[in-house]
Amino acid sequence: MTRYILRRAAEMLITLLVASFLVFVVTEFSPGNVARKTLGAFALQEQVDLLYQKLHLNDPLMVRYVRWVGVLTGLQADPLQDPALKLDFKDPRGDRYFGNFGYSTLYKAPVNDVLWDRLGNTALLAGLAFAFIVPISLLLGALAGMNAGSILDRILSTVSVVMTSIPEFALGVILVAIFVVWLHILPGTSPMDTHSGWSIAQQLVLPVAVLAIYDAGYVARIVRTSMAEVMAKPYVRTAVLKGLPRHRVIISHALRNALIAPFTVILLQINWLIGGVVVTELVFAYPGFGRMLLDASLFGDVALIEAATLIALFVATTTQLLSDVGYRVLDPRARG
Amino acid sequence: MSLLSIRDLRVEYTTARGTVAAIQDLSLEIGKGESFGLVGESGCGKSTLIMAIMGYMGRNGRVANGEILFEGQNLVRATAAELRRVRGGRIAIVYQEPATALNPSMTIGRQLMEVPIAHANASAASARGQVARVLADVHLPDPDSVMRRYPHQLSGGQKQRVVIAMALLANPALLLLDEPTTGLDVTVEAAVLDLLNELREKYGTALFYISHNLGVIAQVCDRIAVMYAGRLVEDAPAAEIFATPRHPYTRGLLGSLPRPGANKRTHPLVSIPGVVPSAGRAPTSCGFLTRCALAQPGLCDVSPISLDEIATGHLVRCLRWQDAAEPVDRPTAAHLVLADSDVVVQARDMTREFHVGRRRLLANDRLTLAAKRGHVLAIVGESGSGKSTFAKVLAGLDVATGGTLHVLGDDVATRPVRKRGAEKVVAVQMVFQNPDGTLNPSHPVGYPLTRALRKFGIATDRKTIDARVAALFEMVRLPPSLRHALPRQLSGGQKQRIAIARAFAGNPEILVADEPVSALDVSVQAAVINLLLHIQAEQRTTLVFISHDLGLVRYLADEVVVMYLGQVMESGPVAALFDPPYHPYTEALLSAVPVPDPMIRTARIRLEGEIPSPLNVTPGCRFATRCPRKLGPVCDDTPPPVRDAGHDHLIHCHIPLERLRQTEPVFRHAS
Repeated sequence: MTRYILRRAAEMLITLLVASFLVFVVTEFSPGNVARKTLGAFALQEQVDLLYQKLHLNDPLMVRYVRWVGVLTGLQADPLQDPALKLDFKDPRGDRYFGNFGYSTLYKAPVNDVLWDRLGNTALLAGLAFAFIVPISLLLGALAGMNAGSILDRILSTVSVVMTSIPEFALGVILVAIFVVWLHILPGTSPMDTHSGWSIAQQLVLPVAVLAIYDAGYVARIVRTSMAEVMAKPYVRTAVLKGLPRHRVIISHALRNALIAPFTVILLQINWLIGGVVVTELVFAYPGFGRMLLDASLFGDVALIEAATLIALFVATTTQLLSDVGYRVLDPRARG
Repeated sequence: MSLLSIRDLRVEYTTARGTVAAIQDLSLEIGKGESFGLVGESGCGKSTLIMAIMGYMGRNGRVANGEILFEGQNLVRATAAELRRVRGGRIAIVYQEPATALNPSMTIGRQLMEVPIAHANASAASARGQVARVLADVHLPDPDSVMRRYPHQLSGGQKQRVVIAMALLANPALLLLDEPTTGLDVTVEAAVLDLLNELREKYGTALFYISHNLGVIAQVCDRIAVMYAGRLVEDAPAAEIFATPRHPYTRGLLGSLPRPGANKRTHPLVSIPGVVPSAGRAPTSCGFLTRCALAQPGLCDVSPISLDEIATGHLVRCLRWQDAAEPVDRPTAAHLVLADSDVVVQARDMTREFHVGRRRLLANDRLTLAAKRGHVLAIVGESGSGKSTFAKVLAGLDVATGGTLHVLGDDVATRPVRKRGAEKVVAVQMVFQNPDGTLNPSHPVGYPLTRALRKFGIATDRKTIDARVAALFEMVRLPPSLRHALPRQLSGGQKQRIAIARAFAGNPEILVADEPVSALDVSVQAAVINLLLHIQAEQRTTLVFISHDLGLVRYLADEVVVMYLGQVMESGPVAALFDPPYHPYTEALLSAVPVPDPMIRTARIRLEGEIPSPLNVTPGCRFATRCPRKLGPVCDDTPPPVRDAGHDHLIHCHIPLERLRQTEPVFRHAS
């Protein structure tokens, strides 16, 4: 098992390296040149050309990529912080350290100052949502699946479909209408500061609710299908006809096997929660990672886009590794 | 008092098309320690009965009438808690497919320990001890290691032993066996049946054994009942069922089984025409009416027939049972002398080697065999013997890595099908084991035939194709109207007929049939075999028949090759092969065949263990590790000599021919 994990971790590193190159290529080739994006729309063309030269942006792509990796790993100084450029880009961490993602032109601050706050906010939101999504979907899905075809199954399945069919923005608006406009018990925006008089916890309720309701319905449907399939398996019949009480049949025989298939899907929800909940963040003006990525893309903040994409990739490959390892733990047949 | 007493049982299922009765009206008794067998084709309601006894009929099934009395308790009215005590405690089941009956993600030990914990309130430690003891009782070597393993780490035979152990753990009064050996190799099947007989003596458990295979039932049961369309049609002591079967259906089932000593020339199989009717309404006449040769208008089709006792302990549901009196005898065909003919398939030292990591796996090791024009060459052996590998090379689906394989004069050993040229491809055709997997579910069944005709260039215009397809349907005795049906609308036997029609579309010289009937019911088996042999004889096709069923092979083969772990053990004409001298492996295989006749005594030779991994082979005889007649180290170290017993009968064995000749025959008539 340890060897397997090590091998998969090595593969993950290679994946990240290849992906980082692709990310670099795509962002560097996006319309508008890096120097112009760095200096902003009002800079003179001469200034732009000067910076272009100083940053060696005429060098071949591979050379620039290696240089970028060099800055990222702290082997090279960030050229943007060179005082000779007179850009006044300063990073309190210095210009040469591991994990130097460069300078955000949108926020006029080192990427590391912007990125981690936002990621922290999103992690909080995602973690809370995930903590609701998993138990709710497992409960709904397992209850429906183990009684497949019954009235209870039909009710729960309908509820799940309804939950997942309402788009996030609509659900957000509905919840705001009820709890903010009508009942006045929750804030309509969640800027994650206490200037408005609402506590952080109160600000989190609605965004977490939107994500949890929307996603739990989806995952519950997958769990239900898997559970219903497993309940029809001969080994479940064996367990029943052994004379085991129903709860033992469900817990020790059905549930574990029923979780093998949805396990991967559940972990994939982490990726979605980290990078793909822009809509919810926008509805509640939540200072999250997804919104930051959207803003950076619209502005053309190359360094920030690269950094954020790499983080999202890291999260995705990590959950992939987790799901592969977990799959082998859950299913002895996969261990070979 | 009987242990289990079922009275007037009716089991109904609610379906989209209304209520259907899977069991119409059934009564039977099983005494303490008795061994009772229930036979019938698939769809007769056998499995439904077992599940009804266990109170496990799913959401849409229910007992509509009657009672199931077990140890005086009516299980139909039992509460959930009462049922739980009976299930696995007083009545246990051994399932048909051990591979799916065990939880794949739980260790064997934990799955077994659940039984004493649930039924005897045992502590984990005492449960563990009991499990180890029962695992030893079912002859699983090293119970402790078995308990730590997961189901996928055991072989099919081992899994079935685990399932049997699970059933025995609570020391039940009744053991329900649902086709427990179907799908197992014949040698494994024999060992499981031995085990059941042994355990029955040891534990005194009553057995309720259901199967479609009368041969298997004959090995285990004292009393046998025959079920047809949801009712019992005959119920009698085992010896009587085989000696004087009275119901035409029972006689039909017996007639579809090849008996020892019978072959296609002397005793053709008799199949039952038609198919089992789907479960439905209460009958207004004899349920077997449409398939019965004795059916008499005005008598059998008037009212439902009752189950009458015609002799002590012999019940029959037939008005004409007295006319079904003469012993089941088959029409005796003229003893044809098989004409000697030219060799169309000749393998010489043909080898198929695979590489597994750095190790070599010889799936076929220096195979030498020949098939003559118009003859039936049977290749037998357990799974893993390499018979299917040979079939694949012959058909061009795989290539040999050494030696030669001449088909109709050309060496095709290393030529896959796409390099063979149309003529050679048409000449060698295949019929596979599982007709479900070989027909595309979204194409009508006529499609593969038209496609074959086009591809082989036999017909191009629509009219000719239509005429040919109609002729092929007629050849395999299928109504031409089925041409546009989808595979799921056909029964297993019908699907296999389509496969045969497709194979014969181009008039092949050689037909390779890989276990073509092992997935079919016995009565259907007989019909498909008869059909195959009829077409084969008429067209003088060479049939290479691959099977693990020696009873069938003896019936239909002209020449037989016995394979073990990729090598030929013995080969020769069918008549010579089934009498001494035998190769020790052939002898063991023969003794494992379940004989559908309690009057025939079979020598009991059982092989230890399982077929070993082909990766760890000795330089000597491959069979040496399991051979009951092993001479000594010479068997491990030296490849066996080929002993010629005359008439092309070759035995690869170190034991001298004279000693092999002195072997007792495996089958003897008890008199």
